Amino acid sequence: MRFTKDHEWVELDGDVATIGITAYAAEQLGDVVFVEVPDIGKTVAQGDGLAVVESVKAASDVYAPISGEVVEANGALGDAPETVNAAPEAGGWFARIKVSDPSQVEVLMDRAAYEEYLGTL
Amino acid sequence: MSSSMNTVGRPTAPVATAGDIPPTLTGARGLLQDEALIFELGGWNKTGVDLPPAERPADDLAGLLRAEPIGLPGLSEPEAVRHYVRLSQKNHAIDLALYPLGSCTMKHNPRLNEKMARLAGFSDIHPLQPVSTVQGALALIDRLAHWLKTLTGMPAVAMTPKAGAHGELCGLLAIKAAHEAGGQGHRKTVLCPTSAHGTNPATAAFVGYSVVEIAQTDDGRVDLADLASKLGPDVAAIMVTNPNTCGLFERDIVEIARLTHEAGAYFYCDGANFNAIVGRVRPGDLGVDAMHINLHKTFSTPHGGGGPGAGPVVLSAALAPFAPAPWITHHADGFHLVEEAVGEATQAFGRMSAFHGQMGMFVRAYAYMRSHGADGLRQVAEDAVLNANYIKASLADVMSPAFPDGPCMHEALFDDSWLEGTGVTTLDFAKAMIDEGFHPMTMYFPLVVHGAMLIEPTETESKQELDRFVHALRLLAGAAKAGEVDRFKGAPFHAPLRRLDETLAARKPKLRWRAA
Repeated sequence: MRFTKDHEWVELDGDVATIGITAYAAEQLGDVVFVEVPDIGKTVAQGDGLAVVESVKAASDVYAPISGEVVEANGALGDAPETVNAAPEAGGWFARIKVSDPSQVEVLMDRAAYEEYLGTL
Repeated sequence: MSSSMNTVGRPTAPVATAGDIPPTLTGARGLLQDEALIFELGGWNKTGVDLPPAERPADDLAGLLRAEPIGLPGLSEPEAVRHYVRLSQKNHAIDLALYPLGSCTMKHNPRLNEKMARLAGFSDIHPLQPVSTVQGALALIDRLAHWLKTLTGMPAVAMTPKAGAHGELCGLLAIKAAHEAGGQGHRKTVLCPTSAHGTNPATAAFVGYSVVEIAQTDDGRVDLADLASKLGPDVAAIMVTNPNTCGLFERDIVEIARLTHEAGAYFYCDGANFNAIVGRVRPGDLGVDAMHINLHKTFSTPHGGGGPGAGPVVLSAALAPFAPAPWITHHADGFHLVEEAVGEATQAFGRMSAFHGQMGMFVRAYAYMRSHGADGLRQVAEDAVLNANYIKASLADVMSPAFPDGPCMHEALFDDSWLEGTGVTTLDFAKAMIDEGFHPMTMYFPLVVHGAMLIEPTETESKQELDRFVHALRLLAGAAKAGEVDRFKGAPFHAPLRRLDETLAARKPKLRWRAA
C-alpha cells in the first residue's frame, strides 16, 4: 500500500489499483455521511479529482493517486458511507483503476514514510 | 375587610421547595409551548382568508384544473401568528444578544433604516411603473451607487446582484466578457487561496472555470511565491478576500494585484470583509478589478433582506464597459434607466436580475451611510477591529489564537490546540456556549485552521457585553481544562432543543413531511 500527502491510499494488484482514503483522513473527517464514487470508464490523471467524500464537518475531493481508467466503483458506500469510518483501508475503498503507468506508484510514500509525514502535521 | 376581596390564603412570596424540580405533566416548559410542525397544526379544511367565489368559471383551464387537494396547512390568522412567534422564541436573533458568528458580521440593524425603508415612495412602488413616477427611488439608487464608488475608489458599480455570491457571479461574468473582448477567451483557470469562502471556487466553477488553490503562509496570508508560480497565460482571474477569512489583512495585496495584472489576469476581491476596512482603505487603490459588497455586512441591512439580499459589485475602469444592465443615467429631465445592451451599453454582458435590485436593502444601506457619515463609517471599521482584538487579547491566555503574532482585523480566530487532551471538541465547546447564554461562534471555518473557532463581535457590541461574553468563555475554558467533560458532551442542556444527531440527519434525512 502506498500513500499520498492528500491522505489517499493505493494498492496495486497487477495493473489494477484499489484506491481509498487513509484511517487518518477518515478520523479527521469525522462521521462520513455521503460518498460520490466515479463512473466506470472515467479516465483520470494522477492528481485529478476522483471522488467526493462528505462528512458532518466538510466536503472534500479525493484525488487520483495514479492515472488510469476507472474499472470498478464501490457502490455499496452509497447506502453505507459509515464503512469509510469503520474500515477506511479495506471495505471503505472508493474505486479501482486500470493503471496506465504502474511506475507512478513509486513516487508515493510507503507506510513508514506516510507515518513519518503524519508526525509532521 | 370583606371576604369577597379574595385576599385570604394567597401567599405573596414563593415557597421554597426541596429536591428536584418535578417534570411537567404535559411536557411543556413554563409558558414556552412545544410547537408542532405547521402541517401538523389546525387541519386542512380551514383558511384564515375569506375570499369571494371566483368569478371566472374554473373550466377556463382546459381540463388542467387540479383534482387533488393542494396540501396547504389550514390555519386561522392567530394560529399562524402564534406558530411563528413560538418558533421565534426558540431562535436566536441579533435583537436578543451578541451573535458572534465569524465571517457573518451579525451586527445591529438600526431602527432608523427600517423607518426609512417603510416610506411609501420606496416600499409601495413597482418596477414596471413609469420612470417619471419613481424619480425619488432612482435618485436614492444613484446616491447609494455614488457612495459605494467613493468608498471603494472604483469608477463603476453594478447594483442588481442579490447577494454576495450573486455578486461574485456578476464580477466573474464581467471578467469573462472582458477576456473574450480582448481575445483572451482561452483563459480557463481561476486561482483561490486555501482559506477562501466556499462560494469563491463554486462561483468560478459555475462560470466554467477550473479552480487552482493558492497555498497559505504560516502566518495565514497568500503565499506570494506559490501565487507567482501558478499565474500564467491560462489564468483568467484570482479571487482573494481581504481581510481574509482568518481575520488577517493581506499585507502583500498590492504586490498580489501587480503580479496578477502582469500575468494578464483580473483581480476579483471578495468584499465580504469590507466592514473591517471601510473608510480606511479603498480597494480601488489596491489594484482590485471587481469586488462585491454585502450590504448586510458592511452597511447593516438585515441578513437575507427579507428575501433577497443585495450584493452590488464595484468594477475597475477595465471592467466597467462590461457591467450588466440596468444602470441609471442623469439627464436634464431627470433620471433614466439604461435597460438594454444598445448604444453606450453594447458591451454589457447581460443582466443579473429581472429588475433593478433590492430597493428595501438600498434604502436601509443608504440610511446607514447618511446617518453615520464618512467619519462614522470609518469608526465602524475601527471599532469592529478594536472589538475583535479585545476578544483576542482577553482570551489568548486560555484559548489558542490561530495566529498569535500581531493584531487581527475584525474577527478573532482560535484553533483547538488548547482543547487537546481535554476530551472536549470545538463542537462540544460551541454547544456548551448555548447553555451559558451565548450563540456559538463560527466553527470549523476557515478550513485551514484545525477545529477553528472564528469570533466576530462586530462594532455594535459594548465593552460591557464583550466582557460578559469573555467571562462566560473563560469560565467554560476553565471547565474544559478541569475535566468537566460531561458539561460539554451532552450540551446544550438548557436550550429548547437538545443536540441533534447530525450524522443521522445527514445519512438518513427526512426531506419531505407526510401525514402519518
